[in-house]
Amino acid sequence: MTKHTLSVLVENKPGVLARVAGLFSRRAFNIHSLAVGQTEHPEISRITVVVDVDALPLEQVTKQLNKLVHVLKIVELEQDRSVQRDLLLVKVRADSRQRTDVLQVVDLFRAHVVDVAPDSLVIEAVGAPEKLEALLAALAPHDVREIVQSGTVAIGRGGRSITERALDRVASA
Amino acid sequence: MAQVQAKPGAPASRSRQASSTPSLAHPTPQSNPDPALNGVEMTGAQAIIRALENAGVTDVFGLPGGAILPTYDPLMDSTRLRHILVRHEQGAGHAAQGYAHATGKVGVCIATSGPGATNLVTPIADANMDSIPMVAITGQVGAAMIGTDAFQEADIVGITAPITKHNVLVTDAADIPRAIAEAFYIASHGRPGPVLVDIAKSAQQATAAFQWPGRIELPGFNAGARPHSKTVQEAARLLATARRPVLYVGGGVIRSGASAGLRKLTDLSGAAVVTTLMARGALPDSHPQHLGMPGMHGTVAAVAALQKADLVVSLGARFDDRVTGALDSFAPHATIVHADIDPAEIGKNRAVDVPIVGDLKEVFEALVPALAQEHERHGKPDLEAWWAQLDDWRSTYALGYTPTHDGLSSPQHVIQRLGELNDPESTIYTSGVGQHQMWASQFIKYERPNTWINSGGLGTMGFSVPAAMGAQVGQPDQTVWAIDGDGCFQMTNQELVTCAINEIPIKVAIINNSSLGMVRQWQTLFYEGRYSNTDLHTGHGTRRVPDFVKLAEAMGCVGLRCESDADVDAVIKRANEIDDQPVVVDFTVSRDAMVWPMVASGKSNDEIQYARGIAPAWDRED
Repeated sequence: MTKHTLSVLVENKPGVLARVAGLFSRRAFNIHSLAVGQTEHPEISRITVVVDVDALPLEQVTKQLNKLVHVLKIVELEQDRSVQRDLLLVKVRADSRQRTDVLQVVDLFRAHVVDVAPDSLVIEAVGAPEKLEALLAALAPHDVREIVQSGTVAIGRGGRSITERALDRVASA
Repeated sequence: MAQVQAKPGAPASRSRQASSTPSLAHPTPQSNPDPALNGVEMTGAQAIIRALENAGVTDVFGLPGGAILPTYDPLMDSTRLRHILVRHEQGAGHAAQGYAHATGKVGVCIATSGPGATNLVTPIADANMDSIPMVAITGQVGAAMIGTDAFQEADIVGITAPITKHNVLVTDAADIPRAIAEAFYIASHGRPGPVLVDIAKSAQQATAAFQWPGRIELPGFNAGARPHSKTVQEAARLLATARRPVLYVGGGVIRSGASAGLRKLTDLSGAAVVTTLMARGALPDSHPQHLGMPGMHGTVAAVAALQKADLVVSLGARFDDRVTGALDSFAPHATIVHADIDPAEIGKNRAVDVPIVGDLKEVFEALVPALAQEHERHGKPDLEAWWAQLDDWRSTYALGYTPTHDGLSSPQHVIQRLGELNDPESTIYTSGVGQHQMWASQFIKYERPNTWINSGGLGTMGFSVPAAMGAQVGQPDQTVWAIDGDGCFQMTNQELVTCAINEIPIKVAIINNSSLGMVRQWQTLFYEGRYSNTDLHTGHGTRRVPDFVKLAEAMGCVGLRCESDADVDAVIKRANEIDDQPVVVDFTVSRDAMVWPMVASGKSNDEIQYARGIAPAWDRED
């Protein structure tokens, strides 16, 4: 099985996310990550799904997704032709003795400290999933208290917009 | 960036092909909107009734309850809607299916919230599997109560999301006309299917200005693509050059109303034709190129034709496991052309060489002239050897049955005589699920589409009686025979009360083998005759609980019983003479009769058995 990143443009209607997620679970596909948010058009939301699945079942689930009335468009974003980013927040226990070590890791990964308490730090990092994995590995020797990750969001490289045509259709409808 | 659409011929993107979509001004073929209604202030309940009328609905099946009560009040005054009060909501759903199947119109059922709505789940799932256009209207608790575990609250939109084509919760009275207009549009365009509209009681009670949409605005809805001329031409070329071609015809041909086109393609191509359980009647059984039904209980000729074919042209079929048997050995030598209105069907189960996405009617319109062109180019193919082989299979392994050993009627004889004593031009048959269904599909000769109505995909026991009721309401001038089993009949027979009260004179043939016959057959074949929980005690020599004749009479029907082959004709004739009342005939038959031929579940179609222990000799001429 291979990882695939799908951008799913949907009408911003109640229950759409549940329908999309339901289609994956019904066919026993594991959703690796899921991120959803508004686009430049308030009537359109964009769901980015990363799934572990072979090409053939992916084609089937994509066709089934296409049949959902509120799904406007589905595009697979290939790794090398798109920018893919996750957001990671990590809470690390770090008192004055450990703080320097932790901050060194933060610097190395060009991450940021976004909250400081006497015995802890919250680190924010944005990057490709592999980079964030590496950051977590580097932090592993420290006392990591809490991790939260957004799902991957992704956008194609170059000038083309995948929302343009979907927008036309919503506008003309 | 890669567009996720791997197959050529499928629409190149999610574009709706707006140019080829039929006029959006009319949500359904039967739509008949009244422009004078627009802007009129009314309650949401009134809006539901006016919207159904606008959509062209004339008959609805339902049962009121708390959350749909407001709607039943204006319903009482409607002069255009006939409401049939069912005895169980499942009956309303199956009746709507039978109605839709018999008429081609959208079937409509109405239920209240909670248990009323959940009782519709089975018919909705059934309609979804068999692509039946249906709109289900359910009441929902008041908007402010949603999510509070209120009395009779169920998240029916959540429950039915995986088994509807689309569904929607309406909480604002102003949204009702549009929601219903869209529901009818979605149910009847593209691949048909069920749509559920769940309407909060508060929305039914609130007031709003009625506004019927001038056009349907569903940017994400794909009403269907036009068949691609390149793949149509390729399909035609293959048909013109194949030596062992088979047209594998599915229910899509019936739903599309494309039987005439199929007839033309059949005649022009000279190919063998098989019609699946959902497609019986798409091509007359009397047509010489028709080999019957393929699949688990198909004819040897139909199954063998697919296994030995060098070209299979699938028309509105979906390579269901009951047709293909073990998928990896299905039609192993065949190039596959697959035409379907739903791109998701193409390549779902079997890899496809030539995909054609489109409405079957349009596919035939394009394919028939394309084939004529190819014939000019290549000449007509020589299919003589193929037909010699097919005819040999057909005559050697004709459908048949052996007489019973216990002196009781053969179920196959009863069903065959039903088919022979009724005019195929004016009779509709429905069935439940099991042995009687297979025999009804095998032994009745269908000459027209929409005269065979059964639950194919979901396999819903109890489908027969309510579906017959719906079919009879939709086609009052036809004779409707529900062929049922004693197990199925006990699931939904309460709708005979509905039929009796509403003067819906269906006829029911209970093929009473005193057991859950198909399960029993599997127990005979695969569980060493250990008959775990399949005895129903309704047949000959049992306590006969219930006594179907008395039960029929108690429900306001005529009850007849037939216990021997000698009486079959007379009883059928007697039943056919009664046209002002439902009739139930308890045909007591042998329980040991089995459905043959059979491909055991999960086995290759090559291992078809003509009868128990008898496998066809495939290549006798070699």
